[in-house]
Amino acid sequence: MGRTVTEKNVVTAIHDTLHEAMVADDRVVVLGEDIAVRGGVFRVTQDFLHEFGEERVIDTPLAEAGIIGLAVGMALHGLLPVAEIEFADFIHPAFDQMVSEVARMRYRSNGDFGLPMVVRAPWGGGVHGALYHSQSIEAFYGHIPGIKVVVPSTPADATGMLRSAIKDPDPVLFLEHKRTYRLIKGEVPDEPFEVPIGKADVKREGEDLTAVSYGLSMHQCLEAASRLQDEHGVSVEVVDVRTISPLDTETILSSVRKTGKAMVVYEDNRTYGAGAEIAATIAEECLFDLDGPIVRLGGPDVPAMGFASNLEQAFLFDADRIAEEMLELARF
Amino acid sequence: MYRTMVTARLVDEAAFRLNRQGKAPFVVPVSGHEGCQVGTAWPLRQGHDIWVPYYRDVAVVLIAGMSPYEIFLGLFAKAEDPSSGGRQMPSHWGSRRLGIISHSSPIATQIPHAAGIAYAAKYRKEDAVVGCWFGEGATSAGAWHEGLNFAGIHRLPIVFVCENNRYAISVAQPMQMAIENVADRAAGYGFPGVVVDGNDVLACYGAMKTAVERARAGEGPTLIEAKTYRFFPHTSDDDDRSYRTREEVQQAKDQDPITRFGEELKGAGVMDDAAIEAVWAETKPKVDEQIDQAWNAADPDPETLGRHVYFEADDG
Repeated sequence: MGRTVTEKNVVTAIHDTLHEAMVADDRVVVLGEDIAVRGGVFRVTQDFLHEFGEERVIDTPLAEAGIIGLAVGMALHGLLPVAEIEFADFIHPAFDQMVSEVARMRYRSNGDFGLPMVVRAPWGGGVHGALYHSQSIEAFYGHIPGIKVVVPSTPADATGMLRSAIKDPDPVLFLEHKRTYRLIKGEVPDEPFEVPIGKADVKREGEDLTAVSYGLSMHQCLEAASRLQDEHGVSVEVVDVRTISPLDTETILSSVRKTGKAMVVYEDNRTYGAGAEIAATIAEECLFDLDGPIVRLGGPDVPAMGFASNLEQAFLFDADRIAEEMLELARF
Repeated sequence: MYRTMVTARLVDEAAFRLNRQGKAPFVVPVSGHEGCQVGTAWPLRQGHDIWVPYYRDVAVVLIAGMSPYEIFLGLFAKAEDPSSGGRQMPSHWGSRRLGIISHSSPIATQIPHAAGIAYAAKYRKEDAVVGCWFGEGATSAGAWHEGLNFAGIHRLPIVFVCENNRYAISVAQPMQMAIENVADRAAGYGFPGVVVDGNDVLACYGAMKTAVERARAGEGPTLIEAKTYRFFPHTSDDDDRSYRTREEVQQAKDQDPITRFGEELKGAGVMDDAAIEAVWAETKPKVDEQIDQAWNAADPDPETLGRHVYFEADDG
């Protein structure tokens, strides 16, 4: 028997992996808004209610602090909850639960209590989500030790990292870029595999510069890199961060040491974003390996992207813009 | 019951004494709450039911199985403090062994946890009941509503106990809510709310026993509101003279739940004056001895600062 794969998109990959976890272990329960009868606004839990029953597939009231707090209680008492926050933008009422409770439970109890729980949330823009259906939240939680924050952006990574997240004895914030859900397709191995949390991935090898990114912008970096190779013969290495916290500095730094040039691309507001931490780490650790300035491409420092198509596009990058910046850095 | 109330009082008095001696930087007092805490904790089963207390619940954790020695380890922030190894402020309880759930300082955050635990207990077809304690101040927070609402929807095996001492630190009840009884709010969640005299330990016990039986029978939650008073300031860092008259405090002390229970025991012929005095006389040296033991225990090692952020191989 050869190694078989199935081509699927990101949202199907997450659905299938969650389904597999529900089948394998009846401690796994899912809870969130519109996830049962409706199957989730993005259909991640489609038909779960029918198959697993209302005890394991729980439609909650519209109360995010409650959703996270309930998941904490479930995780404390033998279950493996996978909570869904309908849109990452709506997690803010649960900030206290995430920071004061989820992140600190193990630390404050000196290791006595742990929280094996996953919080899934669709994030990011590009779907006309405007101010409250487009936000990036990874920096808020990347700042908090005690929570792992992951941002897989391919079907295979989403599959392997969700498996790791559900098995993880610590809380994992599992962020799914909603624009990638149906846009990004790829091969997923059929046999079981895991992608470890805390490991970045070189998605494209190159020699002339390193682009460090995640989410939708990582795919835009890949497109820009391909174009630069074809049109200008510039070889760009693309590192997919995959885990915001704990950050895999080793993979990022070894790539930058190899190419000597670093660009960090992220969709979140530029100031204090996750890319700022990555750029600072490169500056601290690789200064004498660099042959050019560290380029940091982040979203504009306005509260959010607009609903109008042109306002949204003005906030987001595209491959053209990234390619221009890459070329400029390559020629530095 | 009486002995536990006395123990809680003596632990409290000792803690304040140690605070004034400069040995305990921070104390959260319990005095005045012993009746409602002992009465409502008593019907739960050690090692079987789950305890979700808040920071004033000295008597609750005593009944759950924590010893005065362990409480003093927390007071002195010692390495073997079962709640947190000296990481949290004192009176932030927790012990997986005893089924006491670790909690934080922000109020009401533990209410959804309690509901989630009760959901898991029901899902796993256990007959465990969750006891969840908080002050009336917590009932103003959104998380309190979210937890009770969910518990009502799923008829969870849980009893919510409000220790209403009329003040959220300095804010008096009329500035916290427009109603007289927190228990009235239970109607909004579809389960019974019961008001009980928090200084009457047996009344508290009776209300809790009914609620626990109801929860264990699968009939859902109950909200018990125990009307009580705290004799001391909110914490050792608070000065309650700015918001409570000495007359009001004295009036409350005249309703001391321990004195009252002692009178009841005498009236019923269960104990006489000598027996009551004996309880105090026997308990005090036992408590004091545990203070010394705890004081002499090892401090945390600063090298452990970075531990337990994430799972470690020797975690259970």
